[in-house]
Amino acid sequence: MTIPHPPATRVTAALARRGRWRLPEVAFWALALAALFLLPGRYLILNEIAILALFALSLDLLLGYSGIVSLGHAAFFGLGAYTAGLLARHGVAEPVVGLFAAAGAAALVGFATSFLVLRGSDLTRIMVTIGVALVLGEIANRMAWLTGGADGLQGIVMGPVLGTFEFDLWGQTAYGYSLAVLFVLFLLARRIVHSPFGLSLCAIRDNPLRAAAVGIPVGGRLVAVYTLAAAYAGVAGALLAQTTQFVSLDVLEFHRSADVLLVLIIGGTGYLYGGIIGAVLFRLVQDELANLTPQYWYFWVGLILVVLVLVGRERVVATLAAPFAGLLRRFGRPVREA
Amino acid sequence: MPDVLTLEGVTAGYAEAVVLSGASLALREGEALAVLGRNGVGKTTLLNTVVGVTRLFAGRITLGGRDVTRLAPEKRAAAGIGWVPQERNIFKSLTVEENLTAVARPGRWDVRRVYALFPRLQERRGNLGNQLSGGEQQMLAIARALVLNPKVLLLDEPTEGLAPIIVEELLRVLARLFREEGMAGIVVEQHAHKVLGMTDRALILDRGAIVHAADSAALKDDAATLELHLGVARKSEPRPLRAGNRT
Repeated sequence: MTIPHPPATRVTAALARRGRWRLPEVAFWALALAALFLLPGRYLILNEIAILALFALSLDLLLGYSGIVSLGHAAFFGLGAYTAGLLARHGVAEPVVGLFAAAGAAALVGFATSFLVLRGSDLTRIMVTIGVALVLGEIANRMAWLTGGADGLQGIVMGPVLGTFEFDLWGQTAYGYSLAVLFVLFLLARRIVHSPFGLSLCAIRDNPLRAAAVGIPVGGRLVAVYTLAAAYAGVAGALLAQTTQFVSLDVLEFHRSADVLLVLIIGGTGYLYGGIIGAVLFRLVQDELANLTPQYWYFWVGLILVVLVLVGRERVVATLAAPFAGLLRRFGRPVREA
Repeated sequence: MPDVLTLEGVTAGYAEAVVLSGASLALREGEALAVLGRNGVGKTTLLNTVVGVTRLFAGRITLGGRDVTRLAPEKRAAAGIGWVPQERNIFKSLTVEENLTAVARPGRWDVRRVYALFPRLQERRGNLGNQLSGGEQQMLAIARALVLNPKVLLLDEPTEGLAPIIVEELLRVLARLFREEGMAGIVVEQHAHKVLGMTDRALILDRGAIVHAADSAALKDDAATLELHLGVARKSEPRPLRAGNRT
């Protein structure tokens, strides 16, 4: 019998259809790029948003695509930050080299600790990931001779990006650099989640036992995605260290892990843009509330989150953004049943 | 015909409980085997043990002459075991096409070919798994097992809980797979009359042990044995299947 289309061709075609760029996506990134020229007074917060978005993107690969709950993702963020900071402090001032080193270090620790999260339920994974972050935090605290301990790592001097773009006081280069890194890593993540590897992660998230029974190596895939997510978080941490030229123990603390989870709760999981949209909303709301009520702004952030969880994000988004619902769907959000 | 799947003295169960006791069987290439029995006698455990999701206490399992007793489920699937579980377990957040492409392996069964087998799936290729009816989910579960290009297809009560018209359609497809495509398979079923017409041989399980083995055609006419082990002598003829005899 003649098979007109070999399976590989058909699989590739199907995945290419799903991975096709949509107009709202192009508009979104064009807007982010335009901000580099149109919002000169907001570069610092834009840079923070880009870094938080990348951090959230890394957690989305774990939580949204693989179903791994982590409350200690700051471990890799902090490790990346310290790696890039230490490299710069000891003479490697080229930021891109620092990014690769941070990704490598975080991936290495991610790979080593991934075997701990393979076992057990969500609760076990939460405890293990928190534990890993606590251990790294305490190591950074104790090794004050290297990390600066509670005083933080000071004296970081970054060279120009690719030998060309000097970091400026207003943060324009910082934002452009972070945005470029976010975009490149987003493209990579997009390619990965639309590949058979990405589909197999979704299959594992839906039903690990069944996924194994249809030939998906569950353990291997989870190790791979955990390592990848760790590398992404490491790059986000490195961006923070390089653009602020300072690293403190704060990068490893629990609130970082909790914040990035909140970002995903706000933006939604499993479609890549959730982390980015969540980061924009979280940081802007945080900024505005801090301006309005400098003493109680966290109270309002907490209240918003409680409402969001009680009412349901889907319902809040549906109510607030009903006119844009079609637009949001075009971002690639899967259509789910109510 | 050489054996494609063998079980030798397999004793298996869950945790400390033994459900299947000393089961031995051999499935030849291109042969279809019906596994019959009342509720709770170990039929599903037999399939689960072949797949590798039970606790094996004793025995040996080979697939195509290769010992797979100690292999993990994903390696058994890669070696050629296609499983259609009772609960179907469709990946609900993936579309029909993604459910297939996520697991497809090279071979004669590709996505296009399973669409030809189940045109309804092609119509619903863009729908998520949780937007399918029970019958469509069962079709997808069978299609997903087929695109693995298995040596043996294991079907656990494939018609359970489905509307009669869907049952008829599924049985027709299964008959075609076994009779025309020469697929080797094991079909677990409570209702003997549904599967005896499409299989070559049949086993009856009772309390975890194989208590009767016969040619399906002979068992179909053996009202006394059916009554003795299943409590249901054949009272009515099933509707005839369109598939022709195996060549």
